Amino acid sequence: MPAVTETIDTVQSVTEGTYKWGFETDIEMEFAPKGLSEDIVRFISKKKNEPEWLLAWRLKAFAMWQKMEEPRWPAVTYPPIDYQDAYYYAAPVQKVKPKSLDEVDPELLRTYAKLGIPLKEQAILAGVEGAGESPADSGRMPIAVDAVFDSVSVATTFKARLEQEGIIFCAISEAVQTHPELVRQYLGTVVPQGDNFYAALNSAVFTDGSFVYIPKGVRCPMELSTYFRINAKSTGQFERTLIIAEEGSTVSYLEGCTAPMRDENQLHAAVVELVALDDATIKYSTVQNWYPGDAEGRGGIYNFVTKRAHCRGKRSKVSWTQVETGSAITWKYPSCVLLGDDSVGEFYSVAITNNRQQADTGTKMIHVGKRTTSTIVSKGISAGRGQNTYRGLVRVAPTASSARNFTQCDSLLIGDQCGAHTVPYIENRCMTAKVEHEATTSRIAEDQLFYCRQRGLSEEDAVGLIVNGFCREVLKELPMEFAVEAQKLLQISLEGSVG
Amino acid sequence: MTAHPTGAAGFLHRFEGLRRRLPGARLPYVEALRAQAAEAFRSQGFPTRRVEAWKYTDLRPVADAGFDEALSAVDSTPDLPTAYGAARAVFVDGRFRTDLSTLDGLACRVEGLAAALPGLDGRLGQLARVEAQPMVALNTMLFEDGLVVTVPAGVAAGVLDLVSLGTASERPEAFHPRHLIRLEPGASLTIVETATGPDEARYLHNPVYEIEVSEGATLTHARIQQEAARAFQLSTVYARVAAGGTYDNFTLNAGGRLVRNEIHTVLAGPKAACHMNGAQLLRDGQHADTTTVLDHAAPDCASRQTYKTVLSGKSRGVFQGKIHVHQVAQRTDGYQMNQALLLSPEAEIDSKPQLEIYADDVKCSHGATVGEIDAEQLFYLRARGIPEERARAMLVEAFLREAIEGVQDETARAALDAAVTGWWSRQEAAA
Repeated sequence: MPAVTETIDTVQSVTEGTYKWGFETDIEMEFAPKGLSEDIVRFISKKKNEPEWLLAWRLKAFAMWQKMEEPRWPAVTYPPIDYQDAYYYAAPVQKVKPKSLDEVDPELLRTYAKLGIPLKEQAILAGVEGAGESPADSGRMPIAVDAVFDSVSVATTFKARLEQEGIIFCAISEAVQTHPELVRQYLGTVVPQGDNFYAALNSAVFTDGSFVYIPKGVRCPMELSTYFRINAKSTGQFERTLIIAEEGSTVSYLEGCTAPMRDENQLHAAVVELVALDDATIKYSTVQNWYPGDAEGRGGIYNFVTKRAHCRGKRSKVSWTQVETGSAITWKYPSCVLLGDDSVGEFYSVAITNNRQQADTGTKMIHVGKRTTSTIVSKGISAGRGQNTYRGLVRVAPTASSARNFTQCDSLLIGDQCGAHTVPYIENRCMTAKVEHEATTSRIAEDQLFYCRQRGLSEEDAVGLIVNGFCREVLKELPMEFAVEAQKLLQISLEGSVG
Repeated sequence: MTAHPTGAAGFLHRFEGLRRRLPGARLPYVEALRAQAAEAFRSQGFPTRRVEAWKYTDLRPVADAGFDEALSAVDSTPDLPTAYGAARAVFVDGRFRTDLSTLDGLACRVEGLAAALPGLDGRLGQLARVEAQPMVALNTMLFEDGLVVTVPAGVAAGVLDLVSLGTASERPEAFHPRHLIRLEPGASLTIVETATGPDEARYLHNPVYEIEVSEGATLTHARIQQEAARAFQLSTVYARVAAGGTYDNFTLNAGGRLVRNEIHTVLAGPKAACHMNGAQLLRDGQHADTTTVLDHAAPDCASRQTYKTVLSGKSRGVFQGKIHVHQVAQRTDGYQMNQALLLSPEAEIDSKPQLEIYADDVKCSHGATVGEIDAEQLFYLRARGIPEERARAMLVEAFLREAIEGVQDETARAALDAAVTGWWSRQEAAA
């Protein structure tokens, strides 16, 4: 007992300044007027030079949104959001395309350097032509990056290389121009405009995000990644990502995100749609590190996100892996609709809440096809005054004969001011289906701590080690580069509460 | 003929007509309770599926039925079910029937609620909440009778049978008994409750229980619900367990067309314990819902819950179980398991276990499984020459028995065993 108390005390003293991505970039920005109206929706659509059908689609979503009510069921509390007091479009002023690093806006460049994106990629991110064409000098597998800065995608790397394989990886606003037929065919088919309050809002005002199309039989040769950065004050970020994996294709996609430290709360309401056809596999990994607010709960991002995958094809597979360490409030349920026979859905999640963070996260696995299987592994860690809720649904339709689900939810409590909650819903209408759910809640055992301390580890390192062990099942699902980052993040996120 | 008012309006209408004649109408505290309940029921109405706690149970069949108040003849002599204890309290259509009851030899005080009302100020309505509990509000508004049991300190009171009979009548009837059970420090009591009615009877049985288990006392409460096939039962139990006390509840849901059994237990003192176990045996057309809310509000308490549901035909089973561990409840040991066995392709099970934990030094877990009869187990028995139907029946009974084994009191366990044994074979025979 004293060991933990002591650790909590030590760590509470170093709470301030643990968010290392909290700086702000001073860069010339272009904003749409504050507030939300049909005119703003038209403004965004015009700015993006969108076809008429997309404007109509947005306006329909906006009309739906106006009639909808904000969801109140998640176990989170926050003051009412004034949707008229935010900018819905903010973009760095587009200059003449820079030809070399020297011409790139030094502020933008510095931002990427501080975010820790390697120099070679920095050149690419800042939009230097040609820099992306000679990758892999180091012999390391390159990662193609789409960088979204506030409302717009500022650069996408390795596009030419990917095009050789027939892969489309670009900003969704670009895809609307270059591949309108694909966007039109799939947009909103997984998450319709009226799906929920935030999805409707996103559908009306989404500004950018990534578009990925993997053609039939292609195994994407590199990891695809999007890096989201909220920078401007009083803006909301509404990105929309659409990934389509054709028959027999495979892709691994990563997303990361950060924001400056501010006293105000900023809204991030994204929509992610995944479509996997016959024998296709999509692996979607997230390391969510939005600014969580300070120790007293001032500021931080409201992360209200709708992510859903359709496993439409036979033997298709979608795997969600998320490490949620940031945001003041997280409200997110990456889901799989398992339509194709023998399709597979997976959800691996680590969610940490420290200080006054609140997370209400989980998944939905909807079994429709025969012999569909799903696995859910959720690890929630609560520290400080954090509140952490796992909320999940496993629904088995009468058609899903011999469907199988296994769910494991574990919660770890650090300190006596935090909360850990588990709310699984199981709805089974199929006799031959088998559904299993297990949940445990515990704290770090004294003997585990003692064992580590005895071998000379500091308390913080000991707790870090134990927490990493607790999350191992999830972390091992992450691609290599991300796994390393995620482990460090876990440690940092727990600073200020424990170790 | 004028249309019979249905829904919440129907009950409110009847309350207005009856309020001067209901028991306790001249007692200010009773009148105040009823007025408050009527207000709560008026503002909430029947819960819809949009209310989270009623997500899986639709009360429209109850709301639409249009009930009368019970008007059964007071001298009817219905058949009584098997007796388990020496003492027996019998209710017919929600009214206490001293003529059918045998209460001699029980070392505690047992009274009818209607008669005892003048002495119940401060006790009645202390645990049951009318806010956010429309069915409790309905009960409070219209209760006519109930059982008041008080076991003095240190007394082992033995076994009391509580029998509730619904009767057949032209119009469906509704009755809302309110039972108050108090065990003083160190006392013990076993209640074996049977609720039933003749096949053709249509009624709503809406009992509310307020149970106080004082320091070191033990209450075993076995409830065997075998209501008439077309009847509704919506019951709500509130139990408060003081330091070192134990509340052991087992609820068997076997009868009725639409049944909800809701239990709210508060472990209010250190080292209090609670076992909430149950089984739901459902055949074609039945809907049964077990909802438990367990508050760990003191340190060092332990709770165990095992619920089993067997579904055949086109039936639907619901289990919702919430464990709330308050910040003071350090060293809580909580365990909950709910399992469902689907015997028919048309059956549906909805399960929502829930942990809400605000203390860090706790050991809490829950588990849920849903599936059909294990093919390997069936093969094992068949390979030993047991016919398939017999083998299935054995596996179903074994599945159920696991929940019954948790019941400590032997009389209660035997009663439950008898109710469960052969259930599946009888189902098969009937089909």
